[in-house]
Parts: sequence; C-alpha cells; structure tokens
Amino acid sequence: MRFVISNAHIIDPDSGYNAVSNLYVHKKKIAHIGQTPPAGFTADHTIDASGQFLFPGIIDLAAYLREPGQEFKASMESETLAAVSAGITQLFYMPEPLTSIDNMPMVKLIMKQGRALKKARVKVIGAITQDLAGEQLTNMGGLKYAGCAGVSNQRQPFASTRTLRMAMDYAATFDLPLFLHPIEHSLTGSGCVHEGFVATRMGLPGIPVAAETTAVAQIITLIEELDIPVHLCRLSAANSVEMVRAAKQRGLSVTADVAAHQLFLTEMDISDFNPLCHVQPPLRSERDMEALRHGVADGTIDAICSDHQPHEIDAKLAPFQQTEPGISALETLLPLVMRLVEENSMPIETAIASVTIRPATITRSKQGRLQPGKKADFTLFDPDDFWQLRADELLSQGKNTPFEGWSFSGRSSKTYIKGKCVFDRKNIAHKKGG
Amino acid sequence: MTKADLLPGPLPSSLQLTGEGHLKHFLTIEGLPPLLLQEILDRAEQFITLPNKAQRKAPLLRGKTVVNLFFENSTRTRTTFELAAQRLSADIINLDIRTSATAKGESLLDTIRNLEAMNVDMFVVRHQHSGAAHFIARYCAPYISVLNAGDGRHAHPTQAMLDMLTIRQYKGDFPPLKVAIVGDILHSRVARSQIHALTTLCAGEARVIGPRTLIPAGIEKMGVNVYHDLYEGLDDVDVIIMLRLQKERMQHALLPSAHEFYKRYGLTEEGLKYAKPDAIVMHPGPSNRGVEIDSMVADGPQSVILPQVTNGIAVRMAIMSMVMGAQSGKTL
Repeated sequence: MRFVISNAHIIDPDSGYNAVSNLYVHKKKIAHIGQTPPAGFTADHTIDASGQFLFPGIIDLAAYLREPGQEFKASMESETLAAVSAGITQLFYMPEPLTSIDNMPMVKLIMKQGRALKKARVKVIGAITQDLAGEQLTNMGGLKYAGCAGVSNQRQPFASTRTLRMAMDYAATFDLPLFLHPIEHSLTGSGCVHEGFVATRMGLPGIPVAAETTAVAQIITLIEELDIPVHLCRLSAANSVEMVRAAKQRGLSVTADVAAHQLFLTEMDISDFNPLCHVQPPLRSERDMEALRHGVADGTIDAICSDHQPHEIDAKLAPFQQTEPGISALETLLPLVMRLVEENSMPIETAIASVTIRPATITRSKQGRLQPGKKADFTLFDPDDFWQLRADELLSQGKNTPFEGWSFSGRSSKTYIKGKCVFDRKNIAHKKGG
Repeated sequence: MTKADLLPGPLPSSLQLTGEGHLKHFLTIEGLPPLLLQEILDRAEQFITLPNKAQRKAPLLRGKTVVNLFFENSTRTRTTFELAAQRLSADIINLDIRTSATAKGESLLDTIRNLEAMNVDMFVVRHQHSGAAHFIARYCAPYISVLNAGDGRHAHPTQAMLDMLTIRQYKGDFPPLKVAIVGDILHSRVARSQIHALTTLCAGEARVIGPRTLIPAGIEKMGVNVYHDLYEGLDDVDVIIMLRLQKERMQHALLPSAHEFYKRYGLTEEGLKYAKPDAIVMHPGPSNRGVEIDSMVADGPQSVILPQVTNGIAVRMAIMSMVMGAQSGKTL
C-alpha cells in the first residue's frame, strides 16, 4: 500500500528537517519526504494533514505495564492503546519486583504479547539481578539473546557497591545498555517527599538530595573506572544535573533522563497531602525543576520519559505515606513536552529530540527518526486540538494523574506504526458520541 | 458515586471550616484565623470556671456519638478526649484499631465506611502517618466531624491549644512573650502545632532548640529562630516547652546517647536560670525524667505540667462543642 501524508509540518530532529511538506509511505516504510513524490510513486490515498505536526513516533524509555502479575492495575492491552493514542510508538517495559523479568521465558512472553496486540512496540528492560534483589546476577547473556533491550535493577538496591560494579561489568560483556536509578537507599530510609520546608511543615519524612547525588557520584566513578556507558534514570535534583554535565564534559559515556512530571511539578504540589503527587524520586524544589529543564535544553539530560505507573484507585486512597508512588503518565508525555516549547523552555526540535532520536540512540533503536527506507513510525499532532485533561477519560487503566483539569494545546490525532494507522482520534470521538 | 469520583486531588483549601467560617473539623492549626483560636481558648476558660463539680456535666453533645479512633498507642490523650466527651454528655466508643479490623487487612477507608454506617457524629483520630486525619475528613460523610488527636509528625492541634491556654493563664497575652521549644523537633507533631499556634497568636518570638540532627530542614521558614545551644536559646524566655525524647532516637544515629542528650539539652535548675525568673516550664507528657527534664524542675515551682493536663479536658470540650455547633448550624 502506498499513501501520502500531505502538507504536514514535519519535524525530524535527527536530520534537522523542519518544513511543511509531504511524507510518502510505501510498504510499511518511509519512501520519501519532500514536496514532490519520488519517481514512479502513485498514492493509493492521501491524508491531508494541513495545520498538523508530523513527528517521528515517540519513544518512551520507561513504562510499567503491570502485566503479567498486576492486571488489577493495568494490562498490556490497555496501556499499549493508551500509548499510541498519545503518539508513543515504542516503549520500554520496566522490570519491577512483582514482574522482575529475570529470565528468558518472561522476556519472550512479554515481547510476544506486545507483538500480538499490534499497538505500541514493546521493548523489554530485563533485571540485572535475580528478583531485582541486588545479589545474584541474572543470566544476562541469555536475556540479551531473548531480546532484552537493556538491563536495570529498577529502584531496588544492590547488596553492595561491589555487586553494582560487577553487575555493570558483566552487562558490558554483552554490550547490554545499563539503566541505573541513582538512589542511595541508606539515605532514602522511610522518606517519601523531598527533604525541605514542605516536608518539615507536613511532617512527612524527607529524602535528601544527597540520596541521589551520592549515587550519581558513585556510578560516575565506576563509569570512569570500567569505561562502560551507563544511562542514569529519572534525575530529580539540580546538583545531579550539574554532576552529569561535568561528567559529559570530561568525555564520560553517561546519558540521563527525567520523568516529564519533574519538569512541571514541585514539592509545593504535595503540600495538601495530594497522593497523586507521590512519586519516586520525589518532586523537589522550584530550583531543581528549573535546572532539570535547562538540563534537557542543553542536552545534559538526553531524554524525557513518562515513567508511567498506572495504579488502581485504592493504591492512592490512604494517608500520603501509605500510598503507592507513581503517575499514570503515557497520555501526558507528549502534551507536557509540547508545553515546554509553549513555555519557551526549549525549541521544538530539542523537545521532540528528547522523546525520539535521543532515547533511540540510548537504546540503540532504529526508530525515533524519519528516514527513507526505515519503518514508517510517526504521529500526527494537532496543535489546535485544545483539551482539558479528565482523569476518567484517560485510556490507560490507571487514572492516577496529578494533571486533572490541566489544559493542553494539542495532542496526537493519528499514530502510525510500520505504515499502519494504529490510532485515529476520530474513532475514539465516534465511540463516545455513539 | 463511582469509584473514579474518589480520585484524590488537591484538598479544598478550607477543609476545616464551613462556608460561614465555623470550625467543622479540627485537623491542624495552620491556616486557622487568630480569632478562632482565641474563641477556642475563651470557650475552654468557660468550661474551667463552671461553678462546681455537680454542674460540670454540660448537655451540649447529648445524643451524639463520639468514636475514639486510635491507630497508635496513647493513654493520656485518649482519656482526656473521653472525659471531655462524657462531660458534654456524648456517648463515647473507644476503638483500639491495632487489635481490630485494620490489623486484619481492612483498608482505612473501609474502616471509616463501616463506622459511618453506625451513625456516629465525630471521629477523634490518632494515626502514625502524617495526613491521616485530613484523609479521613476528606472521605467521611459530611455530617461527621474529625478531630485530629495526632497524625505522624504532622500535627497535634488540641495539644497545642491546651498549651496556649496554659501559657495565657500564666503569662497573659502573647505578643510580649518569648517561647522556647526544646528537644526532638524533627519527629514532633506537638512542636509543629505549637509553632503554628504561636505564630498565629502573634507571640513575640518562638524558638526551637536542639542538636542539628533533630531540627528539620527549613523549619525557620515556619517563623521560628533556631538554636543549637540550650543556654543561648533559653536566654530571657518566658515559656520553656520541653519535648519528649523517644528512646528509639538513639538507634538511628540521630543521637549518641540519652546521657549526652541530657547533658546538652536536658532542662535542669542550672539551665532554668537563663530564662526569665518567672518563666514557666511545660511538657506535653509523658516526660522522661533524667533524659529531657530533671525531676527538680518537673516538680518545681515553675512547672505547669499538671495544669496542662487539666486544661487538656477543657480545650477538648471547647473544640468538640464548636464543631458540633457548626455541624448543626447553631452555636452550642
């Protein structure tokens, strides 16, 4: 099948392409980008995308899909649909204690289920230690063979710095991308919010910035010694951004990401015990939020991810400290990223790069770019579709969002994977209307 | 109502007050207007000066049911709430939650729903987690009032109000007063509520005194001056409030030993000399003699620890009658 998306404002941060133009698709692949069709191309149909952006398919570096094991929170079906509805064409399934992904069958099961659903592409991050317990290494060679895109210990602690060092070194043997959360657990303790005035006033146990920065320093030291690349997951503090910036300037192969909500919310948002703002790492100060935005703008922070953690309502219905951390965030990732552009925090090319080519580079994915000959993964984003977020209208099974009532200018109207339309907002609207 | 309607979002700003500004719940002192705090104190005074014991029982809460919902151990606070409710002629039920349903896995919300179904009028809540009383106030039926009897490290507003009543009785109005709060500020809900009360009532100066490990980050933004030296901090103060030091604080590297704490921050007759000669000494109890306070001081002429307990009943009667008045739309 051949078709053309015409008159779209095409932005491809990888090639630097930024113009109103046409995108030609032939047999699941991008055939050409330009004003005129390639020689011999006749379109079966044309989709007029006047007034809309066309971005490479959005890549989300971290999502918890909860299946298998916690289907009361979410299913792969509900979440991969929520993903494509928000322009996300590829997401990275994070391991967690109840679904630790520490063996080959589990990797294969999740990937098979992801393929069967025919929505967002599901890539798997495996566990670096068995049961994520931080002690015994997993069969990483096997995990890679089964298709793991990388390994991580999620937010779980390593038994010792030695275990961390060995795990890093062993993963590097197989050239497996390493996703490390910088958390010094002995400093986190029972903390649930940023240590500072708000924590003091609310009487909630705090997590000091040093719980993150000491871990960042430790990992950077090990990167330097072992000479292997590491991706730092979910930075939250200004000082961490500064440390990563300095490490990059020294030429170390370190990359980093931030969860989108960290760029919009601060400790002040929990100040009435709002459990929807209970996240890990915690929301920090205004200064930290600004530094994180600058970090993305200048490339110190490579990627923005959703850190999607859908929950059943009961998980958030308790006194703050007893609620489970996390936000249902797939459907706010791209709208928030575009809001950064609207608020003049960064140019649109940088914002889109942080959710396309940059995460693709970190994970060595072939997606994240609009390149003739590559699979046609892209999303059409209608900037004139003004909408107000209503939690109960989220397609994700998790309705736990702190952005209830926020107004956004624009969202994805259509999403394509391998040249096939996997989401069309008209169908959603039609269903609601009918 | 579907379950999705329960999604917790930001709290309404005046969860504690009715549209007319009356006290509906008593969860924290933060944000309450000074006049309302004065009203609580005035009303408590009235209960204290009731002519004689025979008339001590007022019928203000006749027919009302108060549930003491204690998720955490307490004898003194629970007893004073119980007495306060009885003296207002309410029926009172004590629920020791640690041994009941929640211990069997029932969620807090389910516990609340079940008690609601028994047509109760007021919950007195103590819970080990900050924000628990707010949570219950937010989700319980609108005809129920919630009184916070201590939540985590967050607030213990009735304790703070009985302390304010004691201060006013002995020292008069607040603006000229310097008040020092000494000890484990970090873990103290009492200190936080006292600070809010003192700043709301425009006390001249509020100080906190303790080692750096027990002073929480950014506390000065609550309007207090921080001291790490006991004698410096006690200099010229009118009121000294000693806090209880939990024994387990010695375990997590917060303090080296009880002995060292007593030497540096325990209130002795020697330390008392630095305060004004007529300064009063307070303690929310139960006190650890020889850890944070010397017996000579606790039992000395400047100690008002026992009057605090008496005032505790009056203050709780005042607050209970006010919230029930707001609920019924008339002043009781």
